[in-house]
This record gives sequence, structure tokens and C-alpha cells, in this order.
Amino acid sequence: MIAVIICVASLAALMHFFISYARSLVATYRCVELSDQVRNLAEARSSGVSAGEFRRLRQLVGLCPERADDHFQIQAVGAYYELVTFAGAVVKSVPSVLRWLERERADCAHFAAVALEQRIRYSRSLLEHGSSAS
Amino acid sequence: MLSPFDYLIWCAGFLAGIYVVVCSLTRKQFMRYLSVHVYILATAAASVAQFVILRDYGFSSHQYKYAYYYGDCLLTVLLYLVVIGLYSHVFQELKASRYLRVATVMLLLGVAGFSYLVVRHNQHNLTGKFVLELSQNLYFVGAVLTYGLWVAVLKLRETRARLIQLVLAMGVYFSAFAALYALRNMFPNFAFLHGIPPLLGVWLPMAWAYTLTRIPEEARLAPSALAAEAR
Repeated sequence: MIAVIICVASLAALMHFFISYARSLVATYRCVELSDQVRNLAEARSSGVSAGEFRRLRQLVGLCPERADDHFQIQAVGAYYELVTFAGAVVKSVPSVLRWLERERADCAHFAAVALEQRIRYSRSLLEHGSSAS
Repeated sequence: MLSPFDYLIWCAGFLAGIYVVVCSLTRKQFMRYLSVHVYILATAAASVAQFVILRDYGFSSHQYKYAYYYGDCLLTVLLYLVVIGLYSHVFQELKASRYLRVATVMLLLGVAGFSYLVVRHNQHNLTGKFVLELSQNLYFVGAVLTYGLWVAVLKLRETRARLIQLVLAMGVYFSAFAALYALRNMFPNFAFLHGIPPLLGVWLPMAWAYTLTRIPEEARLAPSALAAEAR
């Protein structure tokens, strides 16, 4: 009985902590400006990166050389994006919630674009380092 | 028998921990989050000790099981000190360090007393279900402590992004482990659950590595606004 109570309470806390953690990651990069190159890649409009671009941007991030310390965070935001997308499919009939969920998805897409920008910069530094070494 | 994937996960956690400590030392930030760094070093030392025991006695040996589970329990108690350390960061301006010291001593005495009673009651069966129950309870206490810390962060309108992410990453870690051990307690024969702890074990060093190396100390967030929006 105690195990059941602990399990339910812990899963609820896990959900709460995970969502807050993913949102804190996304919020940290919300105000980061994107370069023109990444804006083009992300097909960003004046209002920002479209929510639907997240998966494509994540694939592009996956093509760049990996920085050792950002893999888990991209996975975490990816999981949050899927969670929000699922929630959007469930609460289709509440427009205000849908609008909020769409904003969250767009923020996730912006996070992916920033991650892509950082990885491109990292790749360039690797290339420069390689060419200067040779 | 451990698979190459298990070794990979093990190495990833170990290296992430070392990376955090080295980065903090080179940036002269080691003392700022001292309890975090001490915990990471203790985890690395425990990993090395477990590896030596695994190599000498094998994966199915009692020695390895004792080293794994009881080492894990000790590290969990050490992680309580990290929570208290982060409480002192959050309550810094309220000058509440004296109360926090008293709370720390009481917490450690409580954990020691509880563990003594549990061990005394189970002294003829210190493996198997007993260790799962003990771990489940220790992690759950950690999750409750971290939840309290998160509430304090929200109430005091703490805005330091690093602190917020350190707290939240620890909350994910504690609550995931508490849920996992509770599930293992309920379904001891469900083999899938046995493979998850090493994977979860990497979470904390990776998340902390990201926070301490990529988020600048001056970065600010509004967690209260995040929580309000979520509702």
C-alpha cells in the first residue's frame, strides 16, 4: 500500500518537475536572437520560428557534430514537445488552452533553432581549429 | 553480466561528473556550489569502487550487490546535503543559515534513526526487498525535500536560472528514482525495471554539467511566471 502511494505521488512530482525543467530550458533561450542563416534554415517568419518546424530542426541538429553537454537537454525538450503536442490533440475543444500549447510548441522550436545555431558555431570552430592545426 | 551499453552509460555519468568539477575549478566556481561538487566527486569515487568490486567479484556476487545498493543509499543521504546547500542559497538573504544547520542535523539524525530501526528489524534479510524499500523511502524523502525547495523558490521569487535548473534536475532525479523503486517493490519480477537505474543515474551529472557550464551565473528566469502560465 505504501509503495502504491509513493509511486503515485512520485510520478505526479516527476511530471511536475520534468515540465518545469523543460520549460526553464526553453525559457532560458526564448530571448536569444537567431542569425540570418539559421532563420532561413528554420523558415522563421517575423513572429518567430513556426511550431511545426521542431522535428525538422531537431533532425538538422542531429546532423551536426555533437557537443558533449547538450544532448540530454535536447532530448528533454523533445519529450516536452511531444507531451505538449499530445495534450493539444486531447484538448482540441478549448481554444485558449490550444493557443497556449501552440506557444509552448513554438518556444520548443525556437530552442531547437538556438541549439542548431550553437552546433553550427561549434562545427565551424572545429573546422577552423583543424585547418589551423594542419 | 553488464552489456557494453551499461559500461557506456557508466562512463558517460562518470565523465560528465569529472567534466563539471574540472570546469568549475578552471572557472574558479568550485566553492560557489560546494555541496554539488562534493556530491559529484563522491559519486565518481563510488563508481570507481563499484567497478573494482565488479571486476574482482562479478556482477552476481553479494559483494557487488551490497556495494551497489548501500553505496547508493549513502549517496542519497549525501544528496540531502546538496538539497540543504541549495536551501541555503535560496534563503541567503533571509539569513536563515542557523535554522538550516539545525534542520540539517535533525534530518540526518532522523534518517540515521530510521535506517537503524529498519536495519535492526531486517537484520537477517539485508538484501532483496528490504533494500528496495529502503531506497524507495530515501528517494521519496529526497523528492519531498526538493519539492519543498521548489515551493520556496516560487514563493521567494528566486530568479537565478542556474539555481532553478539545479533544483529542478534534482527533483526529476529524486522523484524518478522513488517511482522506479516503488514500481520494483510492487513488481519485483518485471525485468524491464532493472535496466532503468543506470540510465537514470546519468541524468543528474548530465543535467548539472549542462547547467554549470552553459548557463551563465547572471542568467535570470521567472519561475513564478512559468508556474502561473502552466495553470
